[in-house]
Amino acid sequence: MKILEGLFYSSDHEWVKMEGEKAYVGITDFAQSSLGDIVFIELPEVDTELSKDDVFGTIESVKAASDLNIPVSGKVVEVNEELVDNPAAVNEDPYGNWMVAIELSDKVELEGLMNTKQYEELCSKEA
Amino acid sequence: MLTEGEIVPCHEGTKNSQVKIALKDETLKSLFRYSTEGERYYISKLSGKITEDCGVNLIRAAVLFLSLKILRRNTMEQLKKTPLFDSYGEYGGKVIDFAGWALPVQFEGIIQEHEAVRNAAGLFDVSHMGEVDVIGKDAFEFVQNLVANDVSVLADNQVLYTPMCYDDGGTVDDLLVYRFGGEQYYLVINAGNIDKDFEWMQKNKGSLDVNLKNVSSEVSQLAIQGPKAQMVLQKLTETDLDNIKFFYCDRNVMVSGVKCMVSRTGYTGEDGFEIYTDNKGVVKLWEDILKAGKEDGLKPIGLGARDTLRFEACLPLYGNELSKDVSPLEAGIGFFVKLGKDHFIGKEALVKQKAEGLKRKTVGFEMKERSIPRHGYEVFAGEEKIGVVTTGYSAPTVKKNIGLALIDAKYGELGTQINIKIRNKMVPAEIISKKFYTKNYSK
Repeated sequence: MKILEGLFYSSDHEWVKMEGEKAYVGITDFAQSSLGDIVFIELPEVDTELSKDDVFGTIESVKAASDLNIPVSGKVVEVNEELVDNPAAVNEDPYGNWMVAIELSDKVELEGLMNTKQYEELCSKEA
Repeated sequence: MLTEGEIVPCHEGTKNSQVKIALKDETLKSLFRYSTEGERYYISKLSGKITEDCGVNLIRAAVLFLSLKILRRNTMEQLKKTPLFDSYGEYGGKVIDFAGWALPVQFEGIIQEHEAVRNAAGLFDVSHMGEVDVIGKDAFEFVQNLVANDVSVLADNQVLYTPMCYDDGGTVDDLLVYRFGGEQYYLVINAGNIDKDFEWMQKNKGSLDVNLKNVSSEVSQLAIQGPKAQMVLQKLTETDLDNIKFFYCDRNVMVSGVKCMVSRTGYTGEDGFEIYTDNKGVVKLWEDILKAGKEDGLKPIGLGARDTLRFEACLPLYGNELSKDVSPLEAGIGFFVKLGKDHFIGKEALVKQKAEGLKRKTVGFEMKERSIPRHGYEVFAGEEKIGVVTTGYSAPTVKKNIGLALIDAKYGELGTQINIKIRNKMVPAEIISKKFYTKNYSK
């Protein structure tokens, strides 16, 4: 199970990567593996305001539909439209395919997320 | 009144939604997210917005959460297993709870497995299915009365598919009837209905001279399906498989040195065989068939692809298209109901239902927007609820988002515009022919 250094992780198996003031969000290798073949992704519109843990979209595998929950509060400034046409890309490269970019409203929230080591522990517990 | 630990979902059909869990003092706390896999709910972690007065309740909830998690693990151990359970891991099998059985929902991936069956071949462990021996002077009379299809057409070693009904026309199960002889029949029934079906059969024996034996736990079964199924299986047997015609069986086939009954039947819409044997030989059979077919693209197939394959081929699933509240006529399998038969259980009710015109029917539909319809989603005509989706998928071979729905018959015409409610949004769809995929049965 691939886990990258330098990212923040949520207990929901999302990753957060800071690029300047923007937080890019996607799902982890653990998440895509549990879901199986992803056949549909629904993402929010740009400028949507989100609070931590709000549902920001839907991700569907062959067998089930899942909510996507935002690990940090803020405004959506970018949406990866390519995933709408090619949702399977998330299975192929979960870390290379971000879903949304958020302009953070409260940077302190990042401290509530996990680092690589903590996320590794979570994964071994949930496996 | 809620019991402690009772889970009240907030959204149907979505994984990882917020749920409310009842605590000891009957307050509902929105604390947990849950996931679904197969039919099992399990709690993955504490999360969500915690209300101010949580305090002690939070601790209770945490203890409850931990005990629920332990409960799930124990239950997995209590699940029934086929002789092949230990083999799944070697092929990457992801095991879930299916009707009380520990079975693989997938190996390599549902879409790859689905495509393997359509283009090459796939091997399924279907040992969980049930089998009943029907033996005696009145065996024919018993079966003919029990099922809706006409068993008198069967020659020895011939098979038919039929629903089995309650007096009110609702469906007990759908099954295969094998005729081994005038006084010996073999019924193959759904895993989730074994006990219920056997009890129903015993109850309806009357004074007939017939003996019923539930041999489910003694019989193992594999299915090999796909355009290359025959070619692969032929490598392992001296029996000329060309001699086993569509919906016929051979009771004495040696496959890889293991004695089997083989029928040209299946649940995928492709050519293929179902292979019945005892529990001793099935592990060797599984391994040998997979080895023999590897170079031809044969893959092990899980329940996930089993469902997408049968759905695309418009084959019904008991629990989705059929149930005690849905008659075979409403489910669209009237072809297998012979109302001209002298008598069978449910005949009067079905004759009446047909004469009055069906109030509900099962239709095919296609989404007009990208969303995916699923089992249980509501169907609307304008603002009026007219029915429910029985099965829906993003179909892997046909490459369309399609479904089957049981709806008010007056909306059932091809081309009718309907709406499917998907997560509180009305998404447009259109009624289309149920023939989503052209089956490739052997002639």
